[in-house]
Amino acid sequence: MGFMRRALAGCLALSVAAPPLGVFLVARRMSLMSDVLQHGVLPGIALGAAVGGLSVWAMGLGGIVAGLIVALLAGWLARRTGGGEDSQLAGLYLLALAAGVALVSAQRGVDLTHLLFGSVLAVDDAALLAMAGAATLTLPVLAAIWRPLVMESLDPGPRGGVWHGCFLALVVICVVAGFAALGTLMSVGLMMLPAIAARHWAGSLSGQTGLAVALAIAASALGLLISFNVEIPAGPAIVLTAGGFWVVSLILGPRGGLARGAR
Amino acid sequence: MKARPIRLTGLTLRRGGRDAVRDLTGTFAPGSLTAIAGPNGAGKSTLLQALCGLLPVAGGQIDRGGLAASDFALLPQDGRLDRSFPISCRDVAALGWAGRLGLFRRIGAPEYAAVDRALDAVGLSGLGQRPIGELSAGQFQRVLFARTIVRDAPVILLDEPFSAVDAATEADLMDVVRRWHREGRIVAVVLHDLDLIRAAFPEVLLLGTGAPVWGPTPEVLTPRTARDARLRARFPDPAALAAETMDPAARAAETMEAAA
Repeated sequence: MGFMRRALAGCLALSVAAPPLGVFLVARRMSLMSDVLQHGVLPGIALGAAVGGLSVWAMGLGGIVAGLIVALLAGWLARRTGGGEDSQLAGLYLLALAAGVALVSAQRGVDLTHLLFGSVLAVDDAALLAMAGAATLTLPVLAAIWRPLVMESLDPGPRGGVWHGCFLALVVICVVAGFAALGTLMSVGLMMLPAIAARHWAGSLSGQTGLAVALAIAASALGLLISFNVEIPAGPAIVLTAGGFWVVSLILGPRGGLARGAR
Repeated sequence: MKARPIRLTGLTLRRGGRDAVRDLTGTFAPGSLTAIAGPNGAGKSTLLQALCGLLPVAGGQIDRGGLAASDFALLPQDGRLDRSFPISCRDVAALGWAGRLGLFRRIGAPEYAAVDRALDAVGLSGLGQRPIGELSAGQFQRVLFARTIVRDAPVILLDEPFSAVDAATEADLMDVVRRWHREGRIVAVVLHDLDLIRAAFPEVLLLGTGAPVWGPTPEVLTPRTARDARLRARFPDPAALAAETMDPAARAAETMEAAA
């Protein structure tokens, strides 16, 4: 039961840190960016494993570096091609995913399924430390850059680049920190789905943030319980639970919910 | 507000690989209220951004009269702001404090009191908690005016503030502009409405109709420059405009019309 407890502690830490980032990504209509980053970190994690072996630190560092490179590349592409060109982002993440899978497959001893979809058994002390560390870093930094980030979101201008960069770095760190338990493909789910669901209930940024965190905590606890009893990987179990919250919100939520008639 | 004049000397600004403003010389006097007019693409927004330090100067210089670029409050054109962002009117207006409070200082009760006074001044009393996504275009523009009131800047620059609002909103917001003018701030407003400029703006800067013209409104907005401005608005393509203005027949027709 020790590993379940570690996984729960780690997921709860991420449930506090990641959803606020998701709220900003959703509010800024940058949901696709989370896709880009989750795929973008994979080649880095694979390279980290190739160089430093199967340690959380080597893989995590590789993932963070790769994620930052992809974020910079995506920002540069968006500027060069005129902003709303999301096909470039799709090209970028497809390329990153294929490169990542190729790199992982070329190595022995790395289980692709675990890497992509997570495994509670992979949450050793180092992984738990990474998750808790990411949350510990994310919360104060996000609090510090909150106001400039709101201003930049409202009125994107040349002055906001620094804050936006800090924000994307936090997103990368949280995605990478979650990969051991949730897998690279699922770790963004804990960030995005509670945020998307919260949008149907709360109109203010702080309301959405609070609700998204609460939903993420519930999804983590419920998902791990399901994963333990039904024997499906932790990542999909948690993301399915969070996805269930979203579907309910989409149907019943007072803001743009289907049952109340779309506004 | 004891501001010194803001002097532009031979100012040239580049945007998208071409000169948007060329060789502009003139002065925003302390306490002046200036309309900036001219066809689309004449460099009006570009000029405002350069005044705020958001755009590098390609030639000539801007003497801000001892003020910092951050003393210039710019209210950007409507379409640039993201209205779907989940934030209330009151919080948008409160962001007018951000420059003075820095990153960490709290927006406390006295600051919010000033925010509520600003919302009252723009006619939004009681709507502070409403998300901006639920506002009409006119109400949203009122919120942005409230934010600018809260900023309390010595220089206020408005970029086409009335392009998407109804007459009642325009009248209310013009009252705010007049109040800023009475308080001695330097105010410059990009406008297309020549009648409003004649009625309410003592100074005018006309861009994009040949060499820039800058001075008292009655001297600058002569029937001839006004005709030019209208003509250029109708023929934004320089080639078409040249054809129009160079055509002797058209010119003769104009002269006859003016004589009549």
